[in-house]
Amino acid sequence: MNRLNKLVAIALPALLLAGCELGRKEQEQVGPRGTALVLIADPDSKAKVGEIPAPPYELTAEMVAGEKAGTAYENVQVLGDTSVDEFNYLMQAMTTWIAPDGSNIKDAGCTYCHNPENMASDEKYTKVVARKMLLMTRNINANWRPHFANNYGETAGQENAGVTCWTCHRGNPVPVNNWSTAVPDPGNITGNKRGGNTPAASVAYASLNYDPFTDYLAGKDNIRVGGKAFPTAASSAAIQTTEKTYGLMMHMSQGLGVNCTFCHNSNNFAKWDDSRSQRVNAWYGIRMVRDINNNYISALGDVWPANGKGLYGNRRGPHGDPYKVNCATCHQGVNKPLGGVKMLKDYPTLKGNYAAPAPVVATAPAAAPAPASAETAAAPAKPAA
Amino acid sequence: MAVLSFERKYRVRGGTLIGGDLFDFWIGPFYVGFFGVTTIFFAALGTALILYGAAIGPTWNPWLINIAPPDISYGLKLAPLKEGGLWQIITICAIGAFCSWALREVEICRKLGMGYHVPAAFGMAIFAYVTLVVFRPLLMGAWGYGFPYGIFPHLDWVSNTGYQYLHFHYNPAHMLAVSFFFTTTLALGLHGALVLSAVNPAKGEVVKSPEYEDTFFRDLIGYSVGTLGIHRVGLLLAMNAGFWSAVCIIISGPFWSRGWPEWWTWWLNLPIWR
Repeated sequence: MNRLNKLVAIALPALLLAGCELGRKEQEQVGPRGTALVLIADPDSKAKVGEIPAPPYELTAEMVAGEKAGTAYENVQVLGDTSVDEFNYLMQAMTTWIAPDGSNIKDAGCTYCHNPENMASDEKYTKVVARKMLLMTRNINANWRPHFANNYGETAGQENAGVTCWTCHRGNPVPVNNWSTAVPDPGNITGNKRGGNTPAASVAYASLNYDPFTDYLAGKDNIRVGGKAFPTAASSAAIQTTEKTYGLMMHMSQGLGVNCTFCHNSNNFAKWDDSRSQRVNAWYGIRMVRDINNNYISALGDVWPANGKGLYGNRRGPHGDPYKVNCATCHQGVNKPLGGVKMLKDYPTLKGNYAAPAPVVATAPAAAPAPASAETAAAPAKPAA
Repeated sequence: MAVLSFERKYRVRGGTLIGGDLFDFWIGPFYVGFFGVTTIFFAALGTALILYGAAIGPTWNPWLINIAPPDISYGLKLAPLKEGGLWQIITICAIGAFCSWALREVEICRKLGMGYHVPAAFGMAIFAYVTLVVFRPLLMGAWGYGFPYGIFPHLDWVSNTGYQYLHFHYNPAHMLAVSFFFTTTLALGLHGALVLSAVNPAKGEVVKSPEYEDTFFRDLIGYSVGTLGIHRVGLLLAMNAGFWSAVCIIISGPFWSRGWPEWWTWWLNLPIWR
C-alpha cells in the first residue's frame, strides 16, 4: 500500500464521520407506538436558548400606581396610561433590548431613537417605528394568545409567555432573522433559477422556492395545496405551489428547530384529527405573522428610509420592501422562544388589553381599542386551512 | 411435480453445514435439510403470532393489520406481549426464518459445487432488514424504532421517518440506493427485452444467438457486457441497492438528527468557494 492509499484510507472515513452527529440523541415519542412519531435531536447541535437580560430594577406596586407618563411628559401617544416610573423602567429595558449602551451600534442608548435635546421630538424615524412596535407588542400579547396557549397546559385566558421586544431583537436594532421579497430572476436563460433551485438557508438548504414568505406571510394565499376533490382543469394546484408550501414548512421547521412530525402525521398532512395540538399554535402563528407584517411593519410605509438614505443603514430589502418577520424572527431555532420563560410578567404595560372569551373571568375591559387587523385571533375553534 | 430426467444428477448427498445426514433428503422436488426444518419452524411460528396479533387487534382488514413495536420508553427491554412484545418475538422469528433460508441456499450451493452468489445476494436483503429492526434500534437505544408489521402501517412509518429529516431525498445514501434500485430495474428491463427479442424471432426466422445480442448492444451503446456479465452487473446493482438502503436508514437518527438538506452545507462550506 503506497502513501497515497494510506492517506485516502485515513482521510476518507474521517471525512465521512466529520459530517456526522455522534453521541446520544434526545428522544421524545409523540405518537402511538410504531408510527415513527418521535422527535430526535442532537443536544450539541440544537440552537441554544437565548439568555434573558434582568429587568433594570425591581418594579414595585407603588411605582406602577404613580403619576401617569401621559401627564408628566409630552407626546406620549401609546404609553400615556403607564406610570412615569414604569415608563422609564421600560425605556431603560428597551434600550438594553434594542440598542444597548456600550455596543458598537451607532447612537447606542437613548439617542438611538431620541433627540437628547428634546426627548419628545419624533424627528428620528426610529422613534416612530418604536411606537408602532409597542402597539404591535401589545396587540400580539392581547390578541394572539392562542398562538402561545394550548401546548403547555395553558389556556388562552391564563398568563403565558407572551413577547417583549427582546423576544425578537436580542440586542439588535433589526432582529437577526428577517426577510424581504426576493429580487425576481433574470428573464434570460443563464442565471434564471426560477425562484428556487439553489441551496437557500430560508428553506433549510433545500432547492425549493426560496421566497415562500411574500405569498404566505405577507400575502394571504392559501397554504394548503391539495383538496378532497380530484383536481380538474380549473384547479390551481401545481407542483410549483406545492413546492412553495413545502418551502414555507421547511422554514417553519428550521426556524423552530423541529421537524415535520412535530405537528403533522405524514399519513395525512392536512388532517387535523391526526395532527398534534402544536399545529393549532402554528396555524395561529402564521396569521399572527401576517398581522405583524401587514398592519405594523409594512404599514409604516415611508417611515422606513429608502436604502442608502437611512440614519442607521438599510431597513429595506433589495426589492424595496421593509425587512419583515417570519417564524425564525422570534423562535431563532427554538421551539419555545427563550425556552418559554414568562418574561412578559416583568413588563406589565406591554401586555395590552386581552379581550377574554366569554367563559373566562373578565380581567380586562373588553372595550379596549385593539389595534389589530380584521384578521385577529377571533378565529374558528377548529381552523379550516 | 415430476422429477425431470436430468434432475437426479443434482440430488447430491452431503455438503450440509450442520446435522450431517439428518435432514439430507428431498420431499418431492424440495430439498429439506436442517435449515429447511428451522425455516419452517420460524416461519410457521411467526405467521401464527401475526395471526394472533391480528386476532387481538382492532381489524382483520389485511391492509390495516398492524403489529407495532413497543413504545420508545421500553428501551431495549422486553415489552409485554400486547404492547410490542409480539413484535419482538415475530422479529426473532423473521430473522430466524430469513437466515435459515439463506443457510439452506448455502447447503444447496455446496451440493452443486456453485459459488455462494445467491445466498450472498439474499444476505444483503436480510442485512437491510436487520439494519431496520435491530441495528438502528440498538444504536438509538429502543426497539420502538423498528418498523411495524402491516401493509399500510409500515408505509406510514416510512413516511414519518422520512419527514423527521425534512426532505429525505437529500440523504446521500438514499440518493445512491434509489439510483441503484432504478438502475437495477433498467438493466433488467433492457436484458429481458433483449432476451425476449432474441428467442422470439419473426415468423420463418431462427432463434438468434448471443452473438446477435452482443451486436445489438454494441451498435446501440458501443459495448455489450455479455451473457454472463449482465448477470454479474445485475447482482452488483441489486446488492448495492440493498446495501445503500441499509446505510441511508442507519445514518438517519444515530448519526444525523437535522434536515438532510442541511447536511450538504459541508459542501457549501468547503474552503475553496465558501
